[in-house]
Amino acid sequence: MKRVFMKGCEAIAEAAIRSGCRFFAGYPITPQNEIPEYLARRMPEVGGNFVQGESEVASVNMVYGAAQTGTRAMTSSSSCGISLKSEGISFMASARIPMVYVNVSRGGPGIGSIQPSQQDYFQATKASGNGGFRMMVFAPATVQEAVDMTYAAFDYAQRDRNPVLILTDGVVGTMMEPVVLPPMRSEEEVRKLKEAHHKWAFVGHREDEERALILPGGWSGQEERCIRNAELYESWEKDIQVEEYLIEDAQVVITAFGISGRVSKSAVNLMRKEGYKVGLIRPKTVSPFPYDSFERLDYSRVKAILDVEMSIPAQLVYDVKLGVKDRALIATCLRSGGELITREAVIQAAKALF
Amino acid sequence: MERNLLVAGFGGQGVMLLGKLLSNCACENTDKNVTFFPSYGAEQRGGTANCYVVISDDMIGAPVSDSMEDLIVMNEPSLRRFLGKLKPGGNLFVNSSIVHGSIEREDIHVVEVPVTEMALEMGNAKVLNLIMLGVYVGYTQILPPELLLETIEKKLGKKAQLIPLNKEAFRKGLEIGEKTRKQE
Repeated sequence: MKRVFMKGCEAIAEAAIRSGCRFFAGYPITPQNEIPEYLARRMPEVGGNFVQGESEVASVNMVYGAAQTGTRAMTSSSSCGISLKSEGISFMASARIPMVYVNVSRGGPGIGSIQPSQQDYFQATKASGNGGFRMMVFAPATVQEAVDMTYAAFDYAQRDRNPVLILTDGVVGTMMEPVVLPPMRSEEEVRKLKEAHHKWAFVGHREDEERALILPGGWSGQEERCIRNAELYESWEKDIQVEEYLIEDAQVVITAFGISGRVSKSAVNLMRKEGYKVGLIRPKTVSPFPYDSFERLDYSRVKAILDVEMSIPAQLVYDVKLGVKDRALIATCLRSGGELITREAVIQAAKALF
Repeated sequence: MERNLLVAGFGGQGVMLLGKLLSNCACENTDKNVTFFPSYGAEQRGGTANCYVVISDDMIGAPVSDSMEDLIVMNEPSLRRFLGKLKPGGNLFVNSSIVHGSIEREDIHVVEVPVTEMALEMGNAKVLNLIMLGVYVGYTQILPPELLLETIEKKLGKKAQLIPLNKEAFRKGLEIGEKTRKQE
């Protein structure tokens, strides 16, 4: 397979097209502008629609509309822009509408900084809007993973009729790296994927067909809706993705996701050369979270866990605590507000735990 | 082995293109891992611009590093800002046309080339980045020059009339880089 050299955001956009995405609406914000820029040019080539909305709120609702017809639809933004979209996301999660969105996150809170950050972990995994809904959330560490996860995200969204989030950051979004692109789905395949939604989608049903009713909530029956959704969320246990790296004999286990995960992995490689028994648990899905990876660690050997994130205060660490359950010391190595975590800092923090 | 390069200069000096040509060439012609990471923000012509290129046999952690093997500085502020980050034994490439400050380090290799003047002599001030790319490739021998010439042709394809000039600029730099290497 030929590898091409692509920028994270552009590769995500191309992966969406190849997966069958035919509608995109968004509003500009750094550092994700290359997604809409790329799709503005690319979407018309495949007969899809690209809209730059007048705001984040408008564009997320355009996606809500398009996705209701069964069309594979996507939006993207960064951190504070994602906050503005949260009402639409919550409505789609309630109405059980399949869609994919991308957060190329930057420093926060508030307008924050335009530099890369991982400060949207809670927002992404716990409360992307009101009402306690959940989504599958993928956290790529490389441009290749961003591509593969985006391509698959549309299939998960279709399977579950639920929004799916790609949670990445300004490093993976703006860096260029070699990628092998997934195959382009044919127009025939894309049409079939859309038709598979025929029963529930807003497509104009014939008189002899059952009427579809799409509601983001209602006068009654909301509790049943919540129960059905909870059953869906429980079913994601089988979809957990995690990279467990050199943990078999590790005395210190580093845990990190996304960009911090890959920086930590290279730290593990360097420390191993020096003889340190260190490993890495890198959640690739941060929702559902791989608690089992921490459950299965042999705590007679593992002395400490090092949580590495580009967020102050730490957020991922709360999920780590749920997995570790006081069986080992948990330390943190953190940067925030757009400052990048370095391999040297991770190594220093990890060595201090031996 | 992992090799980190930082290219820094003014916006408009073609710093990003230099980094992109090099990393693209490595992606397309080797099976090494390679990353290109641009600084981003409120950059504009005349502002500062820099990019990082990492080429490695192993997986690449961060595409941005706190210390690097190679540093290309196209202007004075870049030299002051990044000189301290160059590893001992590292290579410093300086645009000596406009960087006049003394280089107060004894533990590095310094290659000074007046790329701005050379570009003006060639009749196009913009090709200074291609001259510097040639110097870098000639001195470090990081990739075969023929492959870089192929990449230049491919990537600048939209501006076909400028390809010969850019190739010539690259070759001029390459000659200086190779010569300097031999003299050491």
